[in-house]
Amino acid sequence: MGALVQDSPVEALLARTGAPRQTSDWGANARLAARGRLGRLGAPKRRDEYWRYTNPALLLADSAPVSERIHSDEPPVFDAVDKLLVVFVDGEYRADLSDDLTGEGLEIQTLQEALDTDIHWAANVFGVLESAGQKPVARPMAAMNTALAAQGVVIRATGKVARPVCLRYLRESDRADVMVHHVVRIEEGAQMTLLENGPAGARMNSVLEVDIADSGAFHHVRAQGRDHGRLAHSHLFARLGASSLLKSFTLTVNGKLTRNEAVVELTGDDAVAHLAGACLGDSDFQHDDTVFVTHDAQNCESRQVFKKVLKNGATGVFQGKILVQPDAQKTDGYQISQGLLLDDDSTFLAKPELEIYADDVICSHGSTCGAVDETSMFYLMSRGIPRKIAQNIMIEAFLDEAIAEIDNPELADDIRSRLSGWTERHS
Amino acid sequence: MFEIKNLKASLADEDKQILKGMNLKVGPGEVHAIMGPNGSGKSTTSYVAAGKGGYVVDEGEVLLNGENLLDMEPDERAAAGLFLAFQYPVEIPGVGNMTFLRTAVNSQRKMRGEEELNAAQFLKLVREKAKSLKIDADMLKRPVNVGFSGGEQKRNESWQMAMLEPKMCILDETDSGLDVDAMKLVAEGVNALRDGKRSFLVITHYQRLLDHIKPDVVHIMADGKIIKTGGPELALEVEHNGYADLLNEVA
Ligand SMILES: Nc1ncnc2c1ncn2[C@@H]1O[C@H](COP(=O)(O)OP(=O)(O)O)[C@@H](O)[C@H]1O
Ligand SMILES: [Mg+2]
Repeated sequence: MGALVQDSPVEALLARTGAPRQTSDWGANARLAARGRLGRLGAPKRRDEYWRYTNPALLLADSAPVSERIHSDEPPVFDAVDKLLVVFVDGEYRADLSDDLTGEGLEIQTLQEALDTDIHWAANVFGVLESAGQKPVARPMAAMNTALAAQGVVIRATGKVARPVCLRYLRESDRADVMVHHVVRIEEGAQMTLLENGPAGARMNSVLEVDIADSGAFHHVRAQGRDHGRLAHSHLFARLGASSLLKSFTLTVNGKLTRNEAVVELTGDDAVAHLAGACLGDSDFQHDDTVFVTHDAQNCESRQVFKKVLKNGATGVFQGKILVQPDAQKTDGYQISQGLLLDDDSTFLAKPELEIYADDVICSHGSTCGAVDETSMFYLMSRGIPRKIAQNIMIEAFLDEAIAEIDNPELADDIRSRLSGWTERHS
Repeated sequence: MFEIKNLKASLADEDKQILKGMNLKVGPGEVHAIMGPNGSGKSTTSYVAAGKGGYVVDEGEVLLNGENLLDMEPDERAAAGLFLAFQYPVEIPGVGNMTFLRTAVNSQRKMRGEEELNAAQFLKLVREKAKSLKIDADMLKRPVNVGFSGGEQKRNESWQMAMLEPKMCILDETDSGLDVDAMKLVAEGVNALRDGKRSFLVITHYQRLLDHIKPDVVHIMADGKIIKTGGPELALEVEHNGYADLLNEVA
């Protein structure tokens, strides 16, 4: 270890954006350290253990592909929700389109503002969780993000935040190459909901670092837009204190390539982390959830629920791991990943892993892949429901276990209506 | 009204004919029963009539008011007025019972060119129909048949039948797995739907259901066809003597 891997892809990655603006010492140091990490880790390669099912080439290419924006009269996801709206256009924060960055029980700033501040709480989180999350599995594209991203928000929740913060990613260009980095700190006993919506760019690399103190709660609901050609590579790094809660749900429809990585560490006793995803893909669609949950404290619960509906040659990938450290007794770990294939051309690849070093734990995992159940289809049709509608009902039912992970019913219903819109358009 | 004409059907995956020339004619408002030993093809008859996959029709027709159901998709058969109460109702996790049936009712209405029911109209209809079958709010909210007891599943079938108001109802072993009280409840539900026009084909292995749903005609089925047709007394004969005598008679 420590030897420098001199490969030109890394230099190409670091040359992707101009050198980020000068910042405070801590900011500059964090970015410099991230550069060093990326240099040591090297760019992801097809032969890396967790890149076998998804080719990183498009994520590494010098420029983003052209991805046409979808034009729709449909209001954006979460539009009806009472929220604090933060808008990014082609990955750039737009104060003119956003609400004032003030809210009860929270402090919110742009990433650049935080990085420009000499003494800032974010110094304890920015690049710190990402760096910790590089072990045991390298995530070089996240290190690149820390080194380069100039856009994002930092949020500190100090109480029960009433209105969700909603990051809305709009597009104006067909080829914007976007990098955003968000930092969230949930103080002891504080609670907040973060919503994210939109494709952000033709290519988007995102990092969300979430540090949850004891008894804090962080709810995260995300929808990744509807644009077809776009590439998205997201990373969630979360650290959970005692009795804290993390719930993260992602809806993905369309998109040429999506890789959603989540790295969650339960560091305090009695913490709960639920990660869920529902995706629907038609044709040129590669969707990859790569999840790593580490139980490092006692009596914690983790749950992974990932469901993928695939048709016309779409590919779904799930790589999910539960690591239970020796002291993490009374761990309750659960993981389910399921692919619903609407034809013979589509593929679901799953790599579920359990690694357990404690003896008093309950961990279960399951993975299934199959077509729509014909017996159920016949039952629905025998009551007068046409085949297409019956199939859509079955698709929505299949995904519902993941959507049920969203605690707020208004948000869950919004997500449900989006996916029924998709099933109608694609049936 | 409803007629099965020389129906021959085989399994799609195997070269095995199950129905070997079924003939049956149910007039408007009539209740017919099909009895027969296990494996004689009673359920297959109902599945082929309703359009389940996995069977190939080799010959014959199934007519409802002159239309050949075999030319239609299962949903079109339902809209044409056919209803099959399943021997084993299917559990569908994630699909609410109420949403399911509202979709069914409105799909049928749409296919028939009738106006769809709005939420309030549908709810009113549900209240009307649910009461007599002792369907409670909880059963309506739960996923279709999931975690339902045997009795609840069969009551749910009857409730769907009542809601959809079909012209022709096929009931496959509606009494199986039910205790006497549950069976009576279901039978009452069925009797309430007898209006002199709606027809029924009641498939049962045992005579006891026919004490509660009184048939006009009883058919005995064996090895893929009807071997004997008679009045209600035929069911009693089977009850007392079993199928052996009847089978020998034909053999
Ligand atoms: N899908 C199937 N696969 C294999 N065998 C079947 C299938 N459906 C029916 N059969 C066979 O067809 C015959 C008739 O079955 P069924 O119609 O269920 O009889 P019944 O309802 O009178 O008991 C039986 O021998 C049964 O095993
Ligand atoms: Mg049967």
